[in-house]
Amino acid sequence: MSTTMTKTDTLVSVENLKTYFYTEDGIVPAIDGVSFEVKKGETLAIVGESGSGKSVTSLSIMRLIPQPPGKILDGDIKFQGESLLAKSDKEMRAIRGNRISMIFQEPMTSLNPVYKVGDQISETIILHQKKNKKEALAEAINLLNLVGIPEPERRINQYPHELSGGMRQRVMIAIALACHPELLIADEPTTALDVTIQNQILQLMKNLKQKSNMSIMLITHDLGVVAEMADRVVVMYSGQIVEQGDVFTIFENPKHPYTEGLLKSMPSAEKRVGKLYAIDGVVPNPLNLPPGCRFADRCEYATSLCHQEMPQIQEINENEVVRCWKYTDRWEA
Amino acid sequence: MGIPNPSVNSPVQLKTPKTSEKDLKIESKASVIWRRYKKNKLAVIGLLVFSTMCFLAIFAPLLTPYKPDVYDILDQFLPPGNDPFSGKFHLMGTDAMGGDVWTRIVFGARISLSVALLACICTVSVGIIYGAVSGYFGGWIDNIMMRIVDAIQSIPTFFLLLIVAAIITPSLWSTVLVLSVFGWTGMARIVRGEILSLKKRDYVEAARATGEKKASTIFYHVLPNAIAPITVIATLDIAANILAEASLSFLGLGIQPPTPSWGNMLTSAQELTTVMDYVWVIIFPGSFIILTVLAVNFIGDGLRDALDPRMKE
Amino acid sequence: MTKYIIRRVLQAIPLLFIISIISFLLMSLAPGDPTAMYENPEAGNEQDLSAIREQLGVDDPIYVQYYKWLKLLVLEGNMGYSFQDGQPVLEKILQRVPATLLLMATAIVISIIIAIPIGVFSAVKKYSIFDYFFTFTSFLGIAVPSFFIALIAILVFSLKLSWFPVSGLRENYDAFDLWDRIHHLALPSLTLAFGLIASKSRYMRSSMLEVIKQDYVRTARAKGLSEGKVIFKHALRNALIPIITILALQLPALFGGSLFIEQLFAWPGMGRLTVNAIFIRDYQVIMGTTMIAGVMVVFSNLIADICYAIVDPRIQVGKN
Repeated sequence: MSTTMTKTDTLVSVENLKTYFYTEDGIVPAIDGVSFEVKKGETLAIVGESGSGKSVTSLSIMRLIPQPPGKILDGDIKFQGESLLAKSDKEMRAIRGNRISMIFQEPMTSLNPVYKVGDQISETIILHQKKNKKEALAEAINLLNLVGIPEPERRINQYPHELSGGMRQRVMIAIALACHPELLIADEPTTALDVTIQNQILQLMKNLKQKSNMSIMLITHDLGVVAEMADRVVVMYSGQIVEQGDVFTIFENPKHPYTEGLLKSMPSAEKRVGKLYAIDGVVPNPLNLPPGCRFADRCEYATSLCHQEMPQIQEINENEVVRCWKYTDRWEA
Repeated sequence: MGIPNPSVNSPVQLKTPKTSEKDLKIESKASVIWRRYKKNKLAVIGLLVFSTMCFLAIFAPLLTPYKPDVYDILDQFLPPGNDPFSGKFHLMGTDAMGGDVWTRIVFGARISLSVALLACICTVSVGIIYGAVSGYFGGWIDNIMMRIVDAIQSIPTFFLLLIVAAIITPSLWSTVLVLSVFGWTGMARIVRGEILSLKKRDYVEAARATGEKKASTIFYHVLPNAIAPITVIATLDIAANILAEASLSFLGLGIQPPTPSWGNMLTSAQELTTVMDYVWVIIFPGSFIILTVLAVNFIGDGLRDALDPRMKE
Repeated sequence: MTKYIIRRVLQAIPLLFIISIISFLLMSLAPGDPTAMYENPEAGNEQDLSAIREQLGVDDPIYVQYYKWLKLLVLEGNMGYSFQDGQPVLEKILQRVPATLLLMATAIVISIIIAIPIGVFSAVKKYSIFDYFFTFTSFLGIAVPSFFIALIAILVFSLKLSWFPVSGLRENYDAFDLWDRIHHLALPSLTLAFGLIASKSRYMRSSMLEVIKQDYVRTARAKGLSEGKVIFKHALRNALIPIITILALQLPALFGGSLFIEQLFAWPGMGRLTVNAIFIRDYQVIMGTTMIAGVMVVFSNLIADICYAIVDPRIQVGKN
């Protein structure tokens, strides 16, 4: 696990963000009042099942929510103290790929099949750093070296389909790092890859982070990846944050029953029990959310209070917040 | 065609729910389809227009005082409205033979729509059987059968239609035959594709494992699943058939006068003087063709949205 | 790449073979003695005819007849003689091919120039008023029979407004007059392009919608590229690839449309030749044009496949 946080400067702060999708079947509150911070130089992991809103959170920060059907309804996203939501499209484009960049889950389809790898990397450099094509291609070769791709001079003239999945994700990382971003958002960067390749990519991201002072926002459903990479963890469930804290506290002493369940379902070397634990039930239908706690239907501790009223998110000690009736004075156990 | 039959394939019997209102509503398959179909406004309009056309065809004799095959050459090329000499009223004027255009349109609707529907039934049946056989057996049988489809589709359809039309004596049934004989290739291709993809799915494997015979496997498991694309293609085929009948008859190779059809009403338009001076003779039948084809295509589009959301662009 | 092209060429051969069988079968259904179509009424070739009768083997089983017919076709390019004027069918058709190609090529170019921007625009501004307008217009374009649109075009633009000549390839037969040619070509090619624009813009729209959803378009946006660059550099190039296939697939319909357009505009191409042949039941010519049209379609598909390989780098690996 990473070193303890010493820096406290905030890079990004997300404040009460609400991103809804207006679909044919109804309104989907994909993110429903989410607040958290990413500090300078830290790796923040956002954990949750699919449909929990973690990817929408990252796309909201990039302001890449398809609109319609999506819309950021409320709240704010501040980057270095400036509101990203107040920026013009042009100002936002100058930030994207430059000061905030992103890598995606699907390396196989995230690169444009009809352009050469070198052109796709140098495109970002030409756009943001005002370099000419030749300088940008030289820089692209440096970047490919940096992300550990052998024979970069040959690779820049290849098309994406000529590279393996792991290689393509390295290229994506090279594109993301091209302009030395302050924040790198990695949305499930290793999910689509083989286990051995996963580790290589994670190691690469760790090394690259040590060389620069960038922050990483890591979106994942894999707690193994979290343990490997993160300084702090945000746990999301059904569009809300249910728990937030530093990685030690979350792993050693999870507060929210959902986090507890997630950890129990994690395969581990120490406790080799016969069967893997799985949380019963499914995520509630976002079109038909219960009035109370959204996890109540699957929660082994749930009381009638949990089903009737939604718990508020509260700080239970320094740097640790949780959304659960268990930690309030209205809890009668 | 058109309105989905509510009794087909409804997996759940609707009963008054005893449990609370919060329970998920269980809709029959047909009402789900109808609800999705209704969302496409153009499809609803298309259905209305097409129903109107069918109404005109069915009640043709009640809608006009004239007979479609009795006319007076002295009445030729009368403009729409009242004829000052005979005092007779012609809603859409009269044609080169003195026939009432409106009368020939409503009676022509009978012919044009039945030809299109009959040919559609033929192409759907042949296409389904051909595609099912090709897709189910696979291997070299499939290979040969599909190369034949490729070859037929390489020859411009209309050349083929014209040849067949030139070989046989034109009549209503020959027109149906002409439209059917090469029209099934698109359907065959679609059905084959569906079968190939469905064949791989688990429940067909399961059916085979339990010892169901091959042919029955196709009909009980594969075809109901292919019903969505088949319906859509069949609808679009009807539209194509209406157009093809019109084109054949326009050249004089389809329905023969005095039997009226929308296509042969336009034959006189081959004379440019008719087009120039008696524009109502071509405008009205032409508009009915366009309106009907448009309506049927809208219905096909709506069915595509309603039956299979995956097929939506 | 070379391997890919060779494979495609090899795949085209059985197709041509089957086309020849279909043509032959249709021909044998035609009424009359099959040797009649090798009869040259002008030349009065009694002896030749008995030789051909021998060659064809009228009394042989049908597959032997087919074999002999095919041999005559492949080795000598002999498709028989026109019943109307005794001219060799192949020669007669080849005289008409340039006019048809000119008409069709112009229509294709016009349709590409108009349909692609419409398709892109409709996809990018999905569900806007423009999208609905073009959607409706293209539905209309598909619903109008090609002969009807030609009639209306002649009525409005030639007869009423007198902007274009009613018919023919040219008026100035003394010298090549470019303006005269364009003036005559404009209306028939626009009319022929009308239906193509309708279907092609729909394909372009759905192809573009499909591409816009792709991950690499999101990557392009995440790079900070302007919307114009995202659409025209990253999305459009990918969306155009399937359109190449559509171009080839539209060709049979285009031939069908040109039958009527050529007939109505008195355009001296293959279509008009075919329609006239049908009116006088000149079966040899009908069979000939059908085969030639089929062969042209097969070759265009071949060319489309090769273009596909050039535009899409993924094909070059040799995967299907």
